[in-house]
Amino acid sequence: MSGSLTPLVASALAAAVPLVLAALGELVTERAGVLNLGLEGMMLMGAVASFMAAAHGGGLGAGVLAGIGAGAAGALVFAVLTLSLQASQVATGLSLTIFGTGLSAFLGRDYVGSRARATFDDLPVPGLSDIPGIGPLFSLNAVGYFALVAIVAIAWFLYRTRLGLVVRTVGESPTVARSLGMRVARVRYGATLFGGAMAGLAGSYYALAQFKMWQEGLTSGNGWIALALVVFSTWRPVRVAVGALLFGGVTAMGLYLQTIGIQVSTFLLASLPYLATIVVLIATSANEQARRRNAPAALGKPFFDGD
Amino acid sequence: MKRWKAGLAGAIFAAGAAAVTAVGAADPLKVAFVYVGPVGDGGWTFAHDLGRKALEKNLDGKVKATFVENVPEGADAERVIRDLATKGNQLIFTTSFGYMDATLKVAKSFPKTEFYHATGFKSASNVTIYNSRMYEPAYLSGIIAGNVSKSGVLGFVASFPIPEVVRNIDAFTMGARSVNPKITTKVVWVNTWYDPSKERQAAEALIGQGADVLLQNTDSSAVLQTAQDKGVHAFGWDSDMSAYAPKAHLASNVEVWGGYYTRAVQAALDGKPLHDNVWGGIKEGMNDLVAVSPELPEAVRKAVAAKKAEIAAGKFAVFSGPIKGNDGTVKVAAGKALTDKEIDSINWYAEGVEGQLPK
Repeated sequence: MSGSLTPLVASALAAAVPLVLAALGELVTERAGVLNLGLEGMMLMGAVASFMAAAHGGGLGAGVLAGIGAGAAGALVFAVLTLSLQASQVATGLSLTIFGTGLSAFLGRDYVGSRARATFDDLPVPGLSDIPGIGPLFSLNAVGYFALVAIVAIAWFLYRTRLGLVVRTVGESPTVARSLGMRVARVRYGATLFGGAMAGLAGSYYALAQFKMWQEGLTSGNGWIALALVVFSTWRPVRVAVGALLFGGVTAMGLYLQTIGIQVSTFLLASLPYLATIVVLIATSANEQARRRNAPAALGKPFFDGD
Repeated sequence: MKRWKAGLAGAIFAAGAAAVTAVGAADPLKVAFVYVGPVGDGGWTFAHDLGRKALEKNLDGKVKATFVENVPEGADAERVIRDLATKGNQLIFTTSFGYMDATLKVAKSFPKTEFYHATGFKSASNVTIYNSRMYEPAYLSGIIAGNVSKSGVLGFVASFPIPEVVRNIDAFTMGARSVNPKITTKVVWVNTWYDPSKERQAAEALIGQGADVLLQNTDSSAVLQTAQDKGVHAFGWDSDMSAYAPKAHLASNVEVWGGYYTRAVQAALDGKPLHDNVWGGIKEGMNDLVAVSPELPEAVRKAVAAKKAEIAAGKFAVFSGPIKGNDGTVKVAAGKALTDKEIDSINWYAEGVEGQLPK
């Protein structure tokens, strides 16, 4: 095993799965023009809810459903505040992150100190999982495989289905969408709830698959990394996958280098995903054409319907 | 008319005075704790809070012990400590190295309040330091690791390159080498005290490089959990972590703060607050190796118990010579032992630890 890259790939993949889930959810939300900064809070609520559901004997099914439900519930609060009551999306999102972080810590207090009662086990594909290097790609757990499918499914949804076109139109120009008869608020509600559900699922991955436990701050700021990832990927699902592997692998790479004697500052490594995102932001905002080609034009702007 | 008013006023005054003195006499001593992490971390802060709870139990009714958790080191710390002192807490325990300067600063403004700072090295007339010798159970863990490791490679997930952490790495390695002189230790620095995500990845990196017994000095159970997932072994740190990973867990290295906290508060109640800096270990009951796995062979458990008894009796010092550094030079000559001051400023890797200390 010494010197092999396979453990590094496995480590990067394990870190990438929840990033893919949360980022894909946020991607759909942002494509509809809604900027949900509450990802970290929703992921933590999903994590604690799924851990608690499993701890009370609900099994993996109840755990996952609880996680998705908690994430979606947080997103519902966000949607009501920003879409129906026209509150600032940025302020609401940030508040929900703080709220979700605190509420999850409070609810999970009695659950610290025990192992998850229901856990996801790895499901290796016989033969393929032994290929050196990319083997770990075929040795994921159920949620990991779902993430792979989700990348393809969401790309197909956005670019090949009518509903996907509606979502994208609402995000580019809600006025045009409205005049074409599309229900802007309804689409945005749906996209936001989907984003919250995916964040909740990512949270339950942390609690039931990767760490198999609950502790305060279990997601260690990965909600923010997922947000940066959406921008870094210029709102394209396949690029989300690549970016997640890079962002997830950057810490694993640094630690791997240490074990073979190369000292790399972990502080520098931790800042790399954000530095990369800033570079992409500059590139995609540099001129009017780049901007129009990339970010959803109506992102973050409230839409006052029904005049 | 005037007389009954005066009488009424007098009665109220007397009742008030009686109430005040009654309350004053039964008023429990207010003490406060400042934590750097969440009580729910299952590690460092969790252990301190266990100590606080033990204090409340031992001195039931005589003390009121509150805490503030998740206090970042720096300006926030000073604000919190100052606030606690202003609120009338007589003893304040600041439980992280990074609170050192904040504690000293606030202590100057509150000369009548007693401050106790964990793991620091600066004291004052009303600032007392206390620390525990985690390197003692770390050495015992090394003995277990030396017996259990099949690959001959140990792994250490380390937080920051300060003497406190380096001596734990050295003690662990030395303990293992007392059983298997060929054992080596790989170290990974995560630059954080608590981050389950990074700790897990560090553990994965070490296991990927062949380490089959892990130790950590970070605060979560992620390393232990990872070890169980990958089929290797690890130790608990700061608290009993056996429940997290029963198959992988070999033993837990803990600090036991309850006794010291009880002593400190009792001394204050007796009017003679503690002022001596304390650096206690297994002998003083401030450290222990607990939950030693029943799966270990009887011979190993006996060896560990015997060494623990030697340390408790003061017959064995972990940093007694001969000790070589991993650069080949002799760090401690035969027959000599490091002084507390030297242990507190260790900046070298013992023989068997791979790599070099980051600057």
